[in-house]
Amino acid sequence: MTTRIIFAGSGGQGIQFSGKQMAKTGMYVGKNVTFLPSYGPEMRGGTSNCTVVISDEEIGSPSTSTPDIMVALNLPSFDKFEPAVAPGGILFCDSTLIDKKSAREDIKTVYIPATQMANDNDLSGFANVIVLGQILKATGIFGYAEFKDFLLSGIPATKAVLIEKNEKALKLGYEFEA
Amino acid sequence: MAKKVLMKGNEAIAEAAISAGCLHFFGYPITPQTEISEYMAKRMPKVGGLCLQAESEVAAINMLMGAVSTGARAMTSSSSPGIALKSEGISYIAGCDLPCLIVNVQRGGPGLGGIQPSQADYYQATRGVGHGDLRLIVLAPSSVQEMASLTAEAFDLADQYRMPAMLLADGALGQMMEPVDFSAFEKRELPEKTWVTNGMKNHGGKKNIVNSLYIDPNVLENSVRERFERYALLEENEVKYEEYLTDDADIVIVAYGITARIAKSAIIELRKNGIKAGLLRPITLWPFPKKILGKLADKAKAFVSVEMSMGQMVDDVRLAVNGKKPVYFYGRTGGIIPSVEEVAAEITKISEAL
Repeated sequence: MTTRIIFAGSGGQGIQFSGKQMAKTGMYVGKNVTFLPSYGPEMRGGTSNCTVVISDEEIGSPSTSTPDIMVALNLPSFDKFEPAVAPGGILFCDSTLIDKKSAREDIKTVYIPATQMANDNDLSGFANVIVLGQILKATGIFGYAEFKDFLLSGIPATKAVLIEKNEKALKLGYEFEA
Repeated sequence: MAKKVLMKGNEAIAEAAISAGCLHFFGYPITPQTEISEYMAKRMPKVGGLCLQAESEVAAINMLMGAVSTGARAMTSSSSPGIALKSEGISYIAGCDLPCLIVNVQRGGPGLGGIQPSQADYYQATRGVGHGDLRLIVLAPSSVQEMASLTAEAFDLADQYRMPAMLLADGALGQMMEPVDFSAFEKRELPEKTWVTNGMKNHGGKKNIVNSLYIDPNVLENSVRERFERYALLEENEVKYEEYLTDDADIVIVAYGITARIAKSAIIELRKNGIKAGLLRPITLWPFPKKILGKLADKAKAFVSVEMSMGQMVDDVRLAVNGKKPVYFYGRTGGIIPSVEEVAAEITKISEAL
């Protein structure tokens, strides 16, 4: 079983962080993983994306033009990647920032107002983690508890507030009924 | 089992170099390899080593020449245009018979080109990295694990054959993250460095001279011939490659580095459609795995060199296949990584025409 995921959005939305977190969790649970970032001017704002492949087999190509899971956190990303999602795949949209709906009937689309939810819950900057929570729920790719453990264990104990916010955001996203 | 860490390819090179005993790094920043310098700057002071950001690539390669003359394990790294700047120094290092590691994390060219991944420096690495009759050992990793293991191997090979080694990677391998295990590297028995210039008192009052200038053509010819005897040993003993599903393959794709991984994925798709494709992945680009290609040419129907260039390695594939079977080429360039689908489509087309 091989799962190909693209995260895309604006620089600063935590696109690379989200991808790395997925790859790390995959590695910890014993899967083969690759994480391929976009690099260059994106690192300093503008569009940003990364590709994560998680597999039980040896991974060939670390990139994909047809992701099984697509995460679009802004409108340009939706426009660019919505047509690329593999048939039977799943598309996650931050519906606060993307006011379009997908017309495709061969994929599942999950709309989650992550930025709004973050703003309402004193979690500004954590919309990506809210979306990660929803990905866990909708795809079952990793167990909620194991993903949370790896997420929180990567944060230094001196940053207790970050631990608390990440945990809150992940839970909020996981419990959201799309 | 040793613990794996998730790391960028560039970081894996730096960590592997340090664990292989490289305590001197001379660099100058350039995308997409700057993480090597960054990692070295962080780690070298902690292990008693030196990371020096030179004023230019030319300065860095000459600092490297000085460091390795004293017997130190040392390296430099850069990306395509930066390697071009280092080429004079690389030739001097080869002429002085000094072992060192030069890393090229390739980006698109020519000129300043772009910053996205490329394999368009194949000619540079295997043919024209500097003036004069010279070769580099050229190793081409295809995963983050190999970025680490081949870095360690490159240092050993350089020491054993007393010549510079190059790790030829690309921006995708440099930037991507994969789990890597640093515990499993093989170490070679290496000859003592009796030639180092570390003071006459260490050589019984005898002078060691590191030099590449020979005014007398007969002396120069002899020194070049002696070097080529070592090159011949390398060609005999150190060719590395990976075969994937070549046993029954009608079409053998030849690809290295990141492109070999795309090819593997394409082969899986092609075989689902009944097209018997396989892969020969050169791990040493010089010496090139020509013997195995010659053997495969007795049973396969065609070869396809897939590269991120306009076709450079394909020349070596043609030389190795030596007219026995047709050799095709498919490539993307300028920083574009070919997709699995387009490689599969190209091989399908070739297969239909056979």
